[in-house]
Amino acid sequence: MYEVRFHGRGGQGAVTAANILAIAAVKQGYHAQAFPYFGVERRGAPVQAFTRIDRERIDLRMNVYEPDAVVVLDPTLMGVVDVTQGLKSGGIILINTSKKPEDFNFPGFKVATVNATEIALKHRLGSQAAPIVNTAILGAYSKAIGNVSVDYVIEAIRENAPAKKEENAMAAKEAYESTILGW
Amino acid sequence: MKAMIRGNESIAYAFKLARVQVVPAYPITPSTLVPEKISEFIANGEMNAEFIPVESEHSAISAAIGASAKGVRVGTATASQGLALMHEVLFIASGMRLPIVMGIGNRALSAPINIWCDHQDMMSARDTGWMQFYAESNQEGLDLGIMAFKIAEDPRVLLPAMVGLDAFVLTHTVEPVEMPEQKDVDDFLGEFKPNYVILDPKKPATLGAFAFPEHYMEFKYGQWIAMQQAKKVIDEVFEEFENRFGRRYRKVSGEFMEDAEIAIVTMGSMTGTAREFVRKLREKGEKVGLVKITTFRPFPKEELISVLKDVKVVAVMERNISHGFGGAVYAELGSAFVNQPSRPKILDFIVGLGGRDITFKTFEEVYGVAKKAIENDVDEVNWVDVNKEAVLKAEGLL
Repeated sequence: MYEVRFHGRGGQGAVTAANILAIAAVKQGYHAQAFPYFGVERRGAPVQAFTRIDRERIDLRMNVYEPDAVVVLDPTLMGVVDVTQGLKSGGIILINTSKKPEDFNFPGFKVATVNATEIALKHRLGSQAAPIVNTAILGAYSKAIGNVSVDYVIEAIRENAPAKKEENAMAAKEAYESTILGW
Repeated sequence: MKAMIRGNESIAYAFKLARVQVVPAYPITPSTLVPEKISEFIANGEMNAEFIPVESEHSAISAAIGASAKGVRVGTATASQGLALMHEVLFIASGMRLPIVMGIGNRALSAPINIWCDHQDMMSARDTGWMQFYAESNQEGLDLGIMAFKIAEDPRVLLPAMVGLDAFVLTHTVEPVEMPEQKDVDDFLGEFKPNYVILDPKKPATLGAFAFPEHYMEFKYGQWIAMQQAKKVIDEVFEEFENRFGRRYRKVSGEFMEDAEIAIVTMGSMTGTAREFVRKLREKGEKVGLVKITTFRPFPKEELISVLKDVKVVAVMERNISHGFGGAVYAELGSAFVNQPSRPKILDFIVGLGGRDITFKTFEEVYGVAKKAIENDVDEVNWVDVNKEAVLKAEGLL
């Protein structure tokens, strides 16, 4: 069982990212489950979403407390919430940022970075003020975590993006190629 | 075909596949996506139905009654306060013997306001004469949604049915669901042909109007008989569904029950986590089993007695509370056993109210008390994962 926690702000598409990751994982032959932190979503407020991936049917229905990886869609969250909470030792932190992995200090964890905001802006995903970075970050997920191939991620994005399907697919591909691994 | 859908969508797809003709609905968290998805199906031309946006849940169920009395297939969805607002009308639907199917996003009741999961909404509608099914997964939500029409519309039954999906834990969770083919569902369900008077301007009739004391009890006895008949019809429909679609349903399902000394009884989505927990305990050699209740009305008394009679302790875990006594499942299970020559010790565990997460820790505590109860006296009704000290202080008892 592999468990992922997404941190984002309402409106950035963290919940959709978790859903699309689950869809891509199922395309690849896994079982998967995705759910939001069951809260009252407001634009801009910190939100969490989760994906479980396993070879077997997933029976588990409780929250994810000890994820194997966390994905941070908005770097400004890192001053607000502890994104490493419960993260398994040696777990991966994937951050949307213009910085490099060595600019972060997370002892005991692996850091990967991608400039998903820049990629989203380039493809005009969302608005200038509020770019939607979820498809880019999923491409980066494939690179950094690697258990779901980028081809399935792109296929899932094409089928599920509500608009700009090609631009979203391109964003994922570019993010996949430009993700920096800090290990 | 496998679809990745949320629990709410499994109800919407069940209605679409059942070719529901009228959907009156009023949105409420967490079941809003059901009417949303259905209006999308209708707008896209994928579903030939009339969607009636109404001004309240009271109107939604009233419109459902009108449409069902015309002899068409009707579905709606609600949750929590919405179901509570429908309450007086729920009796009218069952009293008029209308086979309406309603999806429920099982959610807590106010106060305090809470949008998260428990079963208080449906449990509070226990005595309205509706059949009740609780889904463990989105697949079950879809399958039970389809089967509910066949059961409800059976001439031996003609009662409305609720299918509960746990708020957020199912309603908002995306997971793979095997989507049946339309033609298979058509063959399975057939067309709804009402046996009794339907509203028809050419043949005026009055339905559900008035009954003097000379007649009222016969109507109620009729509902009682229909509910008894439903027990058999549910088994038949579950079996036919299994033969056609390959997925097995039972009113009560026991797992790991051979030689079990302790049985954990669950309903709804907590069952999955319970199964993982029981599997782990079995690996350690613990004699523990799991019993899932899918059908709560009609109450599967015979099946529960049969699966639980040989265990030492039954731990009922439930997401509802009847203040002043205990949980509804505990109360009914106790009643089911009361005239049996021998019976297990039955304990109640109130868990997961208002969306409090039910985790392995919850099960560990429940199992610990149940194990202790084999040899010792323990409390009959236990609240788990609650800050009791804070409450007792606030109530002036500590």
